[in-house]
Amino acid sequence: MQPNDPQVRWLKEPELGWTGKVYLPLFVEGMRTTLRHLVGPKLTVQSPEERHEIPEPLIYRGVHRLNRDEQGRVKCVACFLCATICPAHCIDIVAAPSPWPDRDKYPESFTIDELRCIYCGMCEEACPVQAIELTTLYDLTGKSREEMIFDKEKLLSVYDQTKDAEPIFQSWPLPAVSAEQENAQKK
Amino acid sequence: MDLLTTLEAGVKMVILFGGLMGAAAYLVLVERWVAAWIQDRLGPNRAGIPLTKIRLFGLGQPIADGGKFIFKEEFTPGHVEKVLYFLAPVVSLTAAVAVFAVVPFGEVEIFGYRLRLAVAPGVDVGLLYLVAVSGLGVLGVLLGGWASNNKYSLFGGIRSAAQLLSYEIPLGLALLGIVLAAGSLRLEEIVLWQAQTGLWNIFWQPLGFSLFFLAAFAEAGRLPFDMAEAEQELVGGYHTEYSGMKLMMYMVAEYLHMILASFLLVLVFFGGWHFWGLSGGEPAVAWPTALLRVLILLGKVLVVIWFFMVARWSWPRFRFDQIMHLAWYVLIPIGLVYVVGAAVLAEYGPDWAARLGLSLPLFMAAANWTIFLVVWVAAACLVPAHYDNRPLRGPIRPQAPAPETIP
Repeated sequence: MQPNDPQVRWLKEPELGWTGKVYLPLFVEGMRTTLRHLVGPKLTVQSPEERHEIPEPLIYRGVHRLNRDEQGRVKCVACFLCATICPAHCIDIVAAPSPWPDRDKYPESFTIDELRCIYCGMCEEACPVQAIELTTLYDLTGKSREEMIFDKEKLLSVYDQTKDAEPIFQSWPLPAVSAEQENAQKK
Repeated sequence: MDLLTTLEAGVKMVILFGGLMGAAAYLVLVERWVAAWIQDRLGPNRAGIPLTKIRLFGLGQPIADGGKFIFKEEFTPGHVEKVLYFLAPVVSLTAAVAVFAVVPFGEVEIFGYRLRLAVAPGVDVGLLYLVAVSGLGVLGVLLGGWASNNKYSLFGGIRSAAQLLSYEIPLGLALLGIVLAAGSLRLEEIVLWQAQTGLWNIFWQPLGFSLFFLAAFAEAGRLPFDMAEAEQELVGGYHTEYSGMKLMMYMVAEYLHMILASFLLVLVFFGGWHFWGLSGGEPAVAWPTALLRVLILLGKVLVVIWFFMVARWSWPRFRFDQIMHLAWYVLIPIGLVYVVGAAVLAEYGPDWAARLGLSLPLFMAAANWTIFLVVWVAAACLVPAHYDNRPLRGPIRPQAPAPETIP
């Protein structure tokens, strides 16, 4: 399209007002904003002495953990849904026949490459048995790449470490439904 | 020149150079603090004494930065023009340091000896030297831009040269008005004159002050006039290809420009070392008063530098054509009016004041403030605001068709 095409609409920039032309009022206004922030409250969190305040732990996406059931066994049933949905391909599961009667398979090994992970939380959403969850631990460091590949024991230990602060997620609190509404839905 | 004078100058030079380098290093820290506070952050507050937990509010930061700069790799790209590339930062820094030779800190009388606190005291062409040598700094910037053999560097250098050369003119014109009124080019005399009358130049020379203030901002290359290295547009401007110590020389030169601009503003317009009730108008004094004067001078300079730093975050950067427009359409005509006005007032002012029965300072102040208001309003009304940089004529810029003709 040419610049002189009749369909091009040339807009005129807004004219400067009186204050803009004299410049001094705008000068003062800019200065006032700056000075207000100069002495205003500061937002910096002095990590590591102070910790970040995590506003909503349920939706925070930090390091993974593998949950245990009541008997202390890993909850995972090795269904591979998390490994399948993972966009970064960072989950590696080796399944084996389960030694317990309540499920067919269990993960013989379960490793997550924390360096590959993009912390999108899709594994947590995909899991049908609430076995994998993202915690609020955010300062994850290691001295080698091997150290950052978390195996099953490590992931279970993350659960042991965080289970008191963050219990296993059961369900979102549903909005209260009155009996009349329920009846109306049934009809 | 005898041995004692040479020795004296040498000692002064060492003190001044050390002081300037230290000041530049610590001003970087102050600038980072001010920037952080304005952005609601805390700024650097960790680096203290090495190998201990003592933090000292981050006062160790400049030393750490300096050490880092010394040990950084100094990479020379293969495509540069070697000689000029190495010479450019040196020229820039030399010019920036050499200017301070004529900056006076007052006079002190010790054991009957009058010690003048300036490296080159009593230079009769002090202000001329100052303007000329600080203009030399452009050469370093231009050489660096050219020798880097890089588009961004070249553009940075060209912009910087155009800007600095344009703003030299209003700067010189503003100083000319003061020189006409004070009757001397010596900075010592100008300060002394303000101290003796107790009337700082800013109170009765508002037009000269505004001109000088704007031009000094542009000369120092600070926002909102930092076209030379507009990071968002030109990568790094003229020092894109520089690293290590050579980059540091450029940075220090830039800071020295800002310090110089602050010193000039204070010396010429804010009464130098004078402050009412604390230091009077006699030229040479005993050391306690001299020390007090130096502290007053440095305090005022710090306030001006602080203003430079706050101003950086207060207003958006001008576009390059706007900067040129401001210099050539606004500041230079105003400067000419100012110089003519100052000349007329210097010649006929006493007569007119006597005829009107007013005291001379009162008459001068009234006349200058009137000129200031008239010129400012006239500039605001007459000079077309320049915010549209599309071409003004030709097929590229047709008239906007009426809205109803657009399907």
